[in-house]
Amino acid sequence: MDLSFSAEHEAFRKEVRGWIAEALPPDLRQKAELDSQFSHDDTMTWHKLLHAQGWVAPGWPEKFGGPGFDATKRFILTEELELAGTPTLSPFGLSMVGPAIMQFGTPEQQERFLPKILSGEEVWCQGYSEPDAGSDLASLRCKAEDDGDHFVVNGQKTWTTYAQYADWIFCLVRTDANVKKQAGISFLLIDMKTEGVEAVPMLTIGNQPAFADTFFENARVPKANVVGQINAGWTVAKALLGHERTLLAFVGSSRRNLRRIKRIAAETSVGGQRLLDQPAWRGRIARLEIELEALRMANYRTLARAQLGKAPGPESSILKLRGTEIYQQTYELAMDLMGHDALSWFNEPGVIPDHEQWVGPQYCYQRAATIYGGSNEIQKNIIAKWILGLPSK
Amino acid sequence: MDFDLSSDQKMLRDTVASFVKKQSTVERFRKLREEGKGWEADVWAHMGELGWLSIPFPEDVGGFGASFVEVYLLLEQLGTTLVPEPYIPSVVLAGMAISKGGNAGQHDKFLTPMIEGQTSLAFAHAERGNRHEAGVVATTATKSGGTWSLSGQKVFVLNGHRADRLVVSANTPDGVGLFVVDGSGPGVTRQTVRTIDEQGAAIIGLDGAKVDDDRRLGEPGEATVALIEHVLDYGAAAAIAEGLGVCHTMLEMTKAHLKEREQFGRPIGIFQALQHRAVDMFVELELLRSMAMLAAMSVDSEDVHERRRALSAAKVKLTTSGRFIAQQAIQLHGGIGITDEHDIGLFFKRQLVLDKLFGDDVHHVQRFTDLPDFAERT
Ligand SMILES: Cc1cc2nc3c(=O)[nH]c(=O)nc-3n(C[C@H](O)[C@H](O)[C@H](O)COP(=O)(O)OP(=O)(O)OC[C@H]3O[C@@H](n4cnc5c(N)ncnc54)[C@H](O)[C@@H]3O)c2cc1C
Repeated sequence: MDLSFSAEHEAFRKEVRGWIAEALPPDLRQKAELDSQFSHDDTMTWHKLLHAQGWVAPGWPEKFGGPGFDATKRFILTEELELAGTPTLSPFGLSMVGPAIMQFGTPEQQERFLPKILSGEEVWCQGYSEPDAGSDLASLRCKAEDDGDHFVVNGQKTWTTYAQYADWIFCLVRTDANVKKQAGISFLLIDMKTEGVEAVPMLTIGNQPAFADTFFENARVPKANVVGQINAGWTVAKALLGHERTLLAFVGSSRRNLRRIKRIAAETSVGGQRLLDQPAWRGRIARLEIELEALRMANYRTLARAQLGKAPGPESSILKLRGTEIYQQTYELAMDLMGHDALSWFNEPGVIPDHEQWVGPQYCYQRAATIYGGSNEIQKNIIAKWILGLPSK
Repeated sequence: MDFDLSSDQKMLRDTVASFVKKQSTVERFRKLREEGKGWEADVWAHMGELGWLSIPFPEDVGGFGASFVEVYLLLEQLGTTLVPEPYIPSVVLAGMAISKGGNAGQHDKFLTPMIEGQTSLAFAHAERGNRHEAGVVATTATKSGGTWSLSGQKVFVLNGHRADRLVVSANTPDGVGLFVVDGSGPGVTRQTVRTIDEQGAAIIGLDGAKVDDDRRLGEPGEATVALIEHVLDYGAAAAIAEGLGVCHTMLEMTKAHLKEREQFGRPIGIFQALQHRAVDMFVELELLRSMAMLAAMSVDSEDVHERRRALSAAKVKLTTSGRFIAQQAIQLHGGIGITDEHDIGLFFKRQLVLDKLFGDDVHHVQRFTDLPDFAERT
């Protein structure tokens, strides 16, 4: 057992840090230092810079234009980007549909879609959830009916993150209603410009239009856009979940928030004493920092296994669960430290300090972290059954 | 970065695992508890023969020269069945104090017989008024001629009631010093106290106990305080390792119970409220394991601040994760978990003891926030 990174990996960390310091444009740097709230355009600017550096898809194999990094380099790159507070790239193309097309797509699909995911020319969104199909995703009803070399799609997807910016959507659609529900689903790529497709953004409790309702009305989609076999979409979706199980637990983001927490505690005084010097606050900060440290070590254990090419150990299954909880707690503590300032909602500069502006809205919005990507309750069901071996009937 | 074990480490772990399964099950602990025996000298001697008592000491003092990771592996296994032999007080505390603070003559005289399993040791630092502080000592040591005279009281000294020799901290005119005192020497009284886990400890009275100067470990003063703090950190890393084994068994027992116990015509493990509770226990166990590894890898560090940070964080986790697991283990067992007859309570109580030793949760949160870079570090 050994905690240190190899010289090669340490050198890589330095390289990444140096590159970020140089490549991040001044306006983005300012936002990164303040609160890491970026517009869609900011994010795409950063996407393109990372692409030019060859680092936009650290997990992709070289064959498809990735850098061919080992697990540790992938981890270091992500950790440094998170720590620096750079824009978080949309996962839908790079981490979801991209890998699905690599594994299940035809050579034509690979050639058509992968380069534009890498370059950022085409932006993707994910159309899984429906009003009546959330955790019980397999009960989805949005249907694609056979019409020669096309499907005709009718139905509704919901909570579609950033659909309003997307060029393409990957959907799970019902192609056979007469079989067991998992067996009648296909994985379909749909151009958002298709006639009959409409995305209607919704405001979240964090006051951002972060997701949309997406409606399909007689939208005609070429059959050539099915990934994998028709009616085998569930297999594709399940494999994709495997890709989604990244090595990440928001550790970098939570560490960045810890930095912000300490800054707020240092810059807020009550009765002439900094909150950072008050034992009760110090204790709360320390306890959260210790939980984060434990998460970081669990994350390292997972990473060390991946580096050796081993299957993830039991500790990896706790990362999403714990990582999302701790991430939420970082916003909660930041908000608590702010006192009255936490009550401010999108006011003019000067009402509260600039670096506090987004804490309240993020505290609200990030309640989502334990809901999306398989809610934490669903994660617990999975661990209870597959890792603890508890009876299910 | 590497969390894998070497083949030697795996062998050690497997040997200890097989020992606890075959030679020291919970039934053995229960029997010793009923007979009021504590631990057994022949088992201790056997551990000496196997080389287990030499693990963390450098080769030049007759040790095996391994890292603390090996101690962690061993103690985790011993924790799984509550093996009562005094590994922590004798090897980890007093042993490390003598190994690090003593000279060659003292190694020969005090460490070697313990490594061979012929004697056992104890570390007598805790007092009513010092909780877990390394530098706060009311016991006094005054010197006349070549002889020291020690007076004061030490509390909850693990293995203090049985140890052949005690490593005692006492305040000299030059600061805190450490002295090797014979357990049954003149001026030493030992009152056995029952502890919640029934492993026992002692209150040691020192009433002008005479100690020759060649039994002083190193120079009294700052260096000795630093050594005491380091020894307490070794103790913390050891408690976390054993606690991990204790918690592991509690989760295993709970899982088995959830599968076996039936109510409403079904195994209770089918109820989602209990499944999710068991998952929460599992999450805490994996976090505790991660921190136990961090503690084992950091406790030898010469960088005092890194060591304090890692050990304090890990010790806090032993309390937060360990108590959660222990309390939920009882809850999920139902009424049977409250009986003395069921083993789960034995583990519950041992966890509590480990959690209280070598700095409790509040002590370590305080030490963590006292680190010089606390304000900036993320
Ligand atoms: C911010 C945000 C962005 C999202 N982005 C997308 C996107 O881009 N594309 C997309 O397709 N989807 C997206 N989602 C949808 C997300 O995947 C779903 O919200 C999620 O799967 C939960 O489904 P639901 O909202 O219908 O809740 P429900 O399934 O109705 O769950 C309600 C509550 O019941 C619990 N619950 C449900 N079933 C069980 C069970 N069996 N056992 C125990 N508890 C249970 C849940 O954990 C939850 O607490 C997004 C969601 C959010 C919040």
